[in-house]
Amino acid sequence: MSGVASRGTVVIARERCKGCTLCVPACPPGVLHMSEEVNRSGLAYPELVAGCTGCGACSWVCPDFCFEVYRYEEPVTHAVSR
Amino acid sequence: MSSSRRDVLDTSAAPSRPARRTAEFTPGLQLSGDHDLCPGCGEPIALRAILETLAELGLADAAIGVVGIGCYTALTSLIDVDLIQALHGRAPSVATGAKRMRPETLLFTLQGDGDMVNEGLQEVIHAAARGEKITCLLLNNGVFGETGGHMTATTVLGQRTKNTLEGRNADDHGHPIPIAELIARLGGTGYAARGSVHDVKSIATTRRYLRRAFEHQLRGEGFSFVEILTMCPTGWFVPTAEGPRYLEEVMGSVHVTGELKKPGR
Repeated sequence: MSGVASRGTVVIARERCKGCTLCVPACPPGVLHMSEEVNRSGLAYPELVAGCTGCGACSWVCPDFCFEVYRYEEPVTHAVSR
Repeated sequence: MSSSRRDVLDTSAAPSRPARRTAEFTPGLQLSGDHDLCPGCGEPIALRAILETLAELGLADAAIGVVGIGCYTALTSLIDVDLIQALHGRAPSVATGAKRMRPETLLFTLQGDGDMVNEGLQEVIHAAARGEKITCLLLNNGVFGETGGHMTATTVLGQRTKNTLEGRNADDHGHPIPIAELIARLGGTGYAARGSVHDVKSIATTRRYLRRAFEHQLRGEGFSFVEILTMCPTGWFVPTAEGPRYLEEVMGSVHVTGELKKPGR
Protein backbone atom coordinates (compact mmCIF):
# COMPACT_ATOMS: atom_id res chain seq x y z
CA MET A 1 0.00 0.00 0.00
CA SER A 2 1.02 3.59 -0.59
CA GLY A 3 -0.65 6.98 -0.22
CA VAL A 4 -1.95 9.52 -2.70
CA ALA A 5 -2.96 12.99 -1.54
CA SER A 6 -6.27 14.58 -2.52
CA ARG A 7 -6.65 18.35 -2.23
CA GLY A 8 -10.30 18.11 -3.15
CA THR A 9 -13.15 15.76 -3.86
CA VAL A 10 -16.49 15.59 -5.66
CA VAL A 11 -19.97 14.33 -4.99
CA ILE A 12 -21.27 12.51 -8.06
CA ALA A 13 -25.00 12.39 -8.91
CA ARG A 14 -24.66 8.96 -10.46
CA GLU A 15 -28.37 8.46 -11.11
CA ARG A 16 -28.52 11.63 -13.22
CA CYS A 17 -25.48 10.63 -15.29
CA LYS A 18 -26.16 9.72 -18.93
CA GLY A 19 -22.77 8.07 -19.40
CA CYS A 20 -21.35 10.52 -21.98
CA THR A 21 -17.79 10.18 -20.50
CA LEU A 22 -16.84 13.82 -21.22
CA CYS A 23 -15.57 14.25 -17.64
CA VAL A 24 -12.94 11.50 -17.94
CA PRO A 25 -10.53 13.19 -20.40
CA ALA A 26 -11.38 16.64 -18.98
CA CYS A 27 -10.02 15.78 -15.51
CA PRO A 28 -6.48 17.26 -15.32
CA PRO A 29 -5.10 14.75 -12.75
CA GLY A 30 -6.93 11.88 -14.49
CA VAL A 31 -8.69 10.60 -11.39
CA LEU A 32 -12.09 9.88 -12.96
CA HIS A 33 -12.94 6.66 -14.77
CA MET A 34 -16.20 5.08 -15.85
CA SER A 35 -17.78 2.46 -13.59
CA GLU A 36 -18.20 -1.22 -14.35
CA GLU A 37 -21.55 -1.09 -12.54
CA VAL A 38 -24.46 0.78 -14.06
CA ASN A 39 -27.05 3.16 -12.62
CA ARG A 40 -30.82 2.64 -12.70
CA SER A 41 -30.85 3.85 -16.31
CA GLY A 42 -28.38 1.09 -17.19
CA LEU A 43 -25.52 3.50 -17.83
CA ALA A 44 -21.94 3.59 -16.57
CA TYR A 45 -21.11 6.63 -14.46
CA PRO A 46 -17.84 8.26 -13.35
CA GLU A 47 -15.95 7.08 -10.28
CA LEU A 48 -13.25 8.96 -8.39
CA VAL A 49 -9.90 7.66 -7.18
CA ALA A 50 -7.33 9.47 -5.04
CA GLY A 51 -5.59 12.59 -6.39
CA CYS A 52 -8.48 15.02 -6.97
CA THR A 53 -7.38 18.67 -6.79
CA GLY A 54 -10.89 20.12 -6.55
CA CYS A 55 -10.29 22.14 -9.72
CA GLY A 56 -13.90 21.78 -10.92
CA ALA A 57 -13.12 20.89 -14.56
CA CYS A 58 -15.58 17.96 -14.36
CA SER A 59 -18.30 20.34 -13.28
CA TRP A 60 -17.64 22.69 -16.21
CA VAL A 61 -17.78 19.98 -18.91
CA CYS A 62 -20.63 17.83 -17.54
CA PRO A 63 -23.83 18.38 -19.57
CA ASP A 64 -25.92 16.78 -16.83
CA PHE A 65 -24.84 18.71 -13.75
CA CYS A 66 -23.56 15.59 -11.96
CA PHE A 67 -20.66 17.09 -9.99
CA GLU A 68 -20.49 19.02 -6.75
CA VAL A 69 -16.91 20.08 -6.02
CA TYR A 70 -15.11 20.51 -2.67
CA ARG A 71 -11.63 21.64 -1.67
CA TYR A 72 -10.25 20.18 1.54
CA GLU A 73 -8.86 22.62 4.08
CA GLU A 74 -5.92 20.22 4.49
CA PRO A 75 -4.94 17.61 1.86
CA VAL A 76 -6.25 14.14 2.65
CA THR A 77 -4.03 11.14 2.00
CA HIS A 78 -5.80 8.05 0.68
CA ALA A 79 -4.22 4.62 0.84
CA VAL A 80 -4.08 3.06 -2.63
CA SER A 81 -3.16 -0.45 -3.68
CA ARG A 82 -0.21 -1.05 -5.99
CA MET B 1 -2.03 6.84 -11.63
CA SER B 2 -1.48 3.55 -9.86
CA SER B 3 -4.92 3.43 -8.22
CA SER B 4 -7.06 0.51 -9.28
CA ARG B 5 -10.82 0.21 -9.37
CA ARG B 6 -10.87 -1.16 -5.84
CA ASP B 7 -9.54 2.22 -4.66
CA VAL B 8 -12.70 4.04 -5.74
CA LEU B 9 -13.60 6.73 -3.21
CA ASP B 10 -17.05 7.32 -1.76
CA THR B 11 -18.65 10.17 -3.72
CA SER B 12 -22.23 9.65 -2.59
CA ALA B 13 -22.26 12.49 -0.05
CA ALA B 14 -20.38 15.62 1.01
CA PRO B 15 -16.96 14.93 2.59
CA SER B 16 -16.75 14.49 6.34
CA ARG B 17 -13.30 16.16 6.53
CA PRO B 18 -13.26 19.99 6.69
CA ALA B 19 -13.76 21.22 3.15
CA ARG B 20 -15.10 24.21 1.24
CA ARG B 21 -17.69 23.67 -1.48
CA THR B 22 -16.42 25.42 -4.61
CA ALA B 23 -19.07 24.33 -7.12
CA GLU B 24 -22.65 23.22 -6.67
CA PHE B 25 -24.31 20.70 -8.98
CA THR B 26 -26.14 23.48 -10.78
CA PRO B 27 -25.43 27.21 -11.11
CA GLY B 28 -27.20 29.45 -8.61
CA LEU B 29 -29.54 30.69 -11.35
CA GLN B 30 -30.57 27.17 -12.29
CA LEU B 31 -33.38 25.43 -10.45
CA SER B 32 -32.59 21.80 -11.32
CA GLY B 33 -30.04 19.64 -13.10
CA ASP B 34 -32.62 17.28 -14.58
CA HIS B 35 -33.26 17.64 -18.30
CA ASP B 36 -33.99 15.43 -21.29
CA LEU B 37 -31.25 16.55 -23.68
CA CYS B 38 -29.06 13.82 -25.17
CA PRO B 39 -25.86 12.46 -23.58
CA GLY B 40 -22.82 14.56 -24.51
CA CYS B 41 -24.85 17.62 -25.56
CA GLY B 42 -22.92 20.89 -25.48
CA GLU B 43 -25.91 23.15 -24.81
CA PRO B 44 -26.20 22.57 -21.03
CA ILE B 45 -22.44 23.19 -20.81
CA ALA B 46 -22.94 26.57 -22.50
CA LEU B 47 -25.95 27.27 -20.27
CA ARG B 48 -23.79 26.88 -17.17
CA ALA B 49 -21.24 29.30 -18.59
CA ILE B 50 -23.95 31.86 -19.41
CA LEU B 51 -25.76 31.64 -16.06
CA GLU B 52 -22.57 31.72 -13.99
CA THR B 53 -21.31 34.73 -15.93
CA LEU B 54 -24.60 36.57 -15.28
CA ALA B 55 -24.29 35.76 -11.58
CA GLU B 56 -20.63 36.83 -11.41
CA LEU B 57 -21.58 40.20 -12.89
CA GLY B 58 -24.44 40.57 -10.39
CA LEU B 59 -26.99 40.70 -13.20
CA ALA B 60 -29.42 38.04 -11.98
CA ASP B 61 -32.18 40.54 -11.31
CA ALA B 62 -31.34 42.91 -14.16
CA ALA B 63 -31.29 40.32 -16.94
CA ILE B 64 -34.08 39.41 -19.34
CA GLY B 65 -33.51 36.55 -21.77
CA VAL B 66 -35.35 36.06 -25.04
CA VAL B 67 -35.31 32.44 -26.11
CA GLY B 68 -35.64 30.96 -29.58
CA ILE B 69 -36.82 27.51 -30.62
CA GLY B 70 -34.47 24.55 -30.35
CA CYS B 71 -33.34 21.81 -27.99
CA TYR B 72 -32.17 24.50 -25.54
CA THR B 73 -35.77 25.72 -25.25
CA ALA B 74 -36.35 22.64 -23.08
CA LEU B 75 -33.84 24.06 -20.60
CA THR B 76 -35.83 27.25 -20.01
CA SER B 77 -37.96 25.70 -17.27
CA LEU B 78 -34.70 25.26 -15.30
CA ILE B 79 -33.57 28.88 -15.58
CA ASP B 80 -34.20 31.32 -12.72
CA VAL B 81 -33.94 34.42 -14.93
CA ASP B 82 -36.82 36.36 -16.49
CA LEU B 83 -37.41 34.92 -19.94
CA ILE B 84 -39.56 35.67 -22.97
CA GLN B 85 -40.28 32.93 -25.50
CA ALA B 86 -40.00 34.32 -29.02
CA LEU B 87 -41.34 32.95 -32.29
CA HIS B 88 -38.82 30.92 -34.28
CA GLY B 89 -35.92 33.20 -35.23
CA ARG B 90 -37.45 36.42 -33.91
CA ALA B 91 -35.65 36.74 -30.57
CA PRO B 92 -33.45 39.72 -31.59
CA SER B 93 -36.55 41.74 -32.52
CA VAL B 94 -38.35 40.87 -29.29
CA ALA B 95 -35.19 41.77 -27.37
CA THR B 96 -35.00 45.06 -29.27
CA GLY B 97 -38.49 46.00 -28.09
CA ALA B 98 -37.88 44.94 -24.50
CA LYS B 99 -34.56 46.80 -24.29
CA ARG B 100 -36.01 50.01 -25.73
CA MET B 101 -38.79 49.94 -23.14
CA ARG B 102 -36.51 48.84 -20.27
CA PRO B 103 -33.09 50.37 -21.03
CA GLU B 104 -31.88 49.67 -17.48
CA THR B 105 -32.05 45.90 -18.03
CA LEU B 106 -29.57 43.51 -19.63
CA LEU B 107 -31.24 41.94 -22.67
CA PHE B 108 -29.81 38.77 -24.15
CA THR B 109 -31.12 36.28 -26.67
CA LEU B 110 -30.49 32.54 -26.55
CA GLN B 111 -30.75 31.01 -30.00
CA GLY B 112 -29.50 28.04 -31.97
CA ASP B 113 -28.09 28.04 -35.48
CA GLY B 114 -31.37 26.79 -36.95
CA ASP B 115 -33.25 29.54 -35.15
CA MET B 116 -30.83 32.40 -35.77
CA VAL B 117 -29.15 31.61 -39.08
CA ASN B 118 -31.94 29.77 -40.90
CA GLU B 119 -35.30 30.93 -39.59
CA GLY B 120 -34.38 34.38 -38.40
CA LEU B 121 -31.26 35.51 -40.24
CA GLN B 122 -32.64 38.95 -41.08
CA GLU B 123 -33.64 39.59 -37.46
CA VAL B 124 -30.13 39.28 -36.08
CA ILE B 125 -28.49 41.02 -39.03
CA HIS B 126 -30.78 44.03 -38.79
CA ALA B 127 -30.55 44.20 -34.99
CA ALA B 128 -26.76 44.26 -35.32
CA ALA B 129 -26.79 46.82 -38.14
CA ARG B 130 -29.08 49.09 -36.09
CA GLY B 131 -26.68 48.83 -33.18
CA GLU B 132 -29.36 47.67 -30.76
CA LYS B 133 -28.00 47.58 -27.22
CA ILE B 134 -28.66 43.86 -26.77
CA THR B 135 -26.48 40.75 -26.62
CA CYS B 136 -27.31 37.88 -28.96
CA LEU B 137 -25.99 34.45 -27.95
CA LEU B 138 -25.83 31.69 -30.54
CA LEU B 139 -25.45 28.01 -29.64
CA ASN B 140 -24.11 26.62 -32.92
CA ASN B 141 -24.03 22.85 -33.40
CA GLY B 142 -24.60 22.79 -37.14
CA VAL B 143 -27.86 20.82 -37.03
CA PHE B 144 -31.55 21.28 -36.36
CA GLY B 145 -31.22 19.03 -33.31
CA GLU B 146 -34.74 19.37 -31.96
CA THR B 147 -36.46 18.29 -35.16
CA GLY B 148 -34.20 15.36 -35.98
CA GLY B 149 -30.71 16.60 -36.76
CA HIS B 150 -30.89 17.85 -40.33
CA MET B 151 -28.63 20.41 -41.97
CA THR B 152 -28.65 24.09 -41.05
CA ALA B 153 -27.06 27.11 -42.71
CA THR B 154 -23.96 26.67 -40.54
CA THR B 155 -23.37 22.96 -41.30
CA VAL B 156 -19.82 22.72 -42.64
CA LEU B 157 -18.97 21.13 -45.98
CA GLY B 158 -18.51 17.40 -45.64
CA GLN B 159 -20.53 17.21 -42.43
CA ARG B 160 -22.99 14.31 -42.18
CA THR B 161 -26.48 15.21 -41.02
CA LYS B 162 -29.83 13.47 -41.31
CA ASN B 163 -30.42 14.90 -44.79
CA THR B 164 -26.78 15.08 -45.93
CA LEU B 165 -25.90 11.47 -45.23
CA GLU B 166 -22.93 11.56 -47.62
CA GLY B 167 -21.79 14.87 -46.16
CA ARG B 168 -22.81 18.42 -47.11
CA ASN B 169 -21.57 19.35 -50.57
CA ALA B 170 -21.57 22.83 -52.02
CA ASP B 171 -23.14 21.88 -55.37
CA ASP B 172 -26.25 20.41 -53.82
CA HIS B 173 -26.48 22.21 -50.49
CA GLY B 174 -24.63 25.52 -50.80
CA HIS B 175 -21.98 26.85 -48.45
CA PRO B 176 -22.12 27.42 -44.67
CA ILE B 177 -22.80 30.96 -43.44
CA PRO B 178 -20.07 32.30 -41.11
CA ILE B 179 -22.53 34.32 -39.05
CA ALA B 180 -20.10 35.78 -36.50
CA GLU B 181 -17.90 37.20 -39.29
CA LEU B 182 -20.97 38.72 -41.01
CA ILE B 183 -22.11 40.36 -37.79
CA ALA B 184 -18.63 41.59 -36.91
CA ARG B 185 -18.53 43.39 -40.27
CA LEU B 186 -21.57 45.54 -39.44
CA GLY B 187 -21.12 49.06 -38.12
CA GLY B 188 -23.66 48.66 -35.33
CA THR B 189 -21.75 45.77 -33.80
CA GLY B 190 -19.42 46.69 -30.98
CA TYR B 191 -18.34 43.26 -29.82
CA ALA B 192 -18.39 39.90 -31.61
CA ALA B 193 -16.69 36.67 -30.62
CA ARG B 194 -16.90 32.95 -31.26
CA GLY B 195 -16.15 30.48 -28.48
CA SER B 196 -16.55 26.76 -28.00
CA VAL B 197 -17.20 24.19 -25.27
CA HIS B 198 -14.99 21.34 -26.50
CA ASP B 199 -12.68 21.44 -23.46
CA VAL B 200 -12.10 23.30 -20.20
CA LYS B 201 -9.76 25.85 -21.76
CA SER B 202 -12.25 26.74 -24.50
CA ILE B 203 -15.02 27.04 -21.90
CA ALA B 204 -12.88 29.44 -19.84
CA THR B 205 -12.25 31.54 -22.95
CA THR B 206 -15.95 31.51 -23.84
CA ARG B 207 -16.81 32.74 -20.34
CA ARG B 208 -14.44 35.65 -20.89
CA TYR B 209 -16.21 36.46 -24.18
CA LEU B 210 -19.62 36.34 -22.48
CA ARG B 211 -18.42 38.69 -19.76
CA ARG B 212 -17.04 41.16 -22.31
CA ALA B 213 -20.26 41.04 -24.37
CA PHE B 214 -22.46 41.73 -21.34
CA GLU B 215 -20.13 44.49 -20.12
CA HIS B 216 -20.27 46.01 -23.58
CA GLN B 217 -24.05 46.21 -23.38
CA LEU B 218 -23.94 47.65 -19.87
CA ARG B 219 -21.71 50.44 -21.14
CA GLY B 220 -24.40 51.23 -23.73
CA GLU B 221 -21.99 50.73 -26.60
CA GLY B 222 -24.20 48.93 -29.10
CA PHE B 223 -24.78 45.40 -30.29
CA SER B 224 -22.79 42.51 -28.89
CA PHE B 225 -22.66 38.92 -30.06
CA VAL B 226 -21.18 35.65 -28.80
CA GLU B 227 -21.40 32.46 -30.79
CA ILE B 228 -20.70 29.26 -28.85
CA LEU B 229 -19.90 26.07 -30.76
CA THR B 230 -21.61 23.12 -29.04
CA MET B 231 -21.50 19.36 -29.48
CA CYS B 232 -24.42 17.40 -30.95
CA PRO B 233 -23.12 13.83 -31.11
CA THR B 234 -26.62 12.50 -31.80
CA GLY B 235 -27.07 14.72 -34.85
CA TRP B 236 -23.53 14.17 -36.09
CA PHE B 237 -23.58 10.34 -35.85
CA VAL B 238 -20.50 10.32 -33.60
CA PRO B 239 -20.03 8.68 -30.18
CA THR B 240 -20.40 11.08 -27.26
CA ALA B 241 -16.71 10.75 -26.35
CA GLU B 242 -15.70 11.93 -29.84
CA GLY B 243 -18.00 14.96 -29.80
CA PRO B 244 -15.44 17.46 -28.47
CA ARG B 245 -12.77 16.42 -30.98
CA TYR B 246 -15.27 16.58 -33.85
CA LEU B 247 -16.40 20.01 -32.70
CA GLU B 248 -12.87 21.36 -32.48
CA GLU B 249 -11.50 19.83 -35.67
CA VAL B 250 -14.46 19.70 -38.07
CA MET B 251 -16.71 22.60 -37.09
CA GLY B 252 -13.92 24.64 -35.52
CA SER B 253 -11.82 24.58 -38.70
CA VAL B 254 -14.55 26.53 -40.55
CA HIS B 255 -16.14 28.46 -37.70
CA VAL B 256 -12.84 29.62 -36.23
CA THR B 257 -12.91 30.70 -32.59
CA GLY B 258 -11.66 34.03 -31.29
CA GLU B 259 -12.68 37.64 -30.85
CA LEU B 260 -13.77 39.13 -34.17
CA LYS B 261 -14.58 42.65 -33.09
CA LYS B 262 -13.72 44.62 -29.98
CA PRO B 263 -14.40 48.23 -29.05
CA GLY B 264 -12.04 50.63 -30.75
CA ARG B 265 -11.20 48.24 -33.56
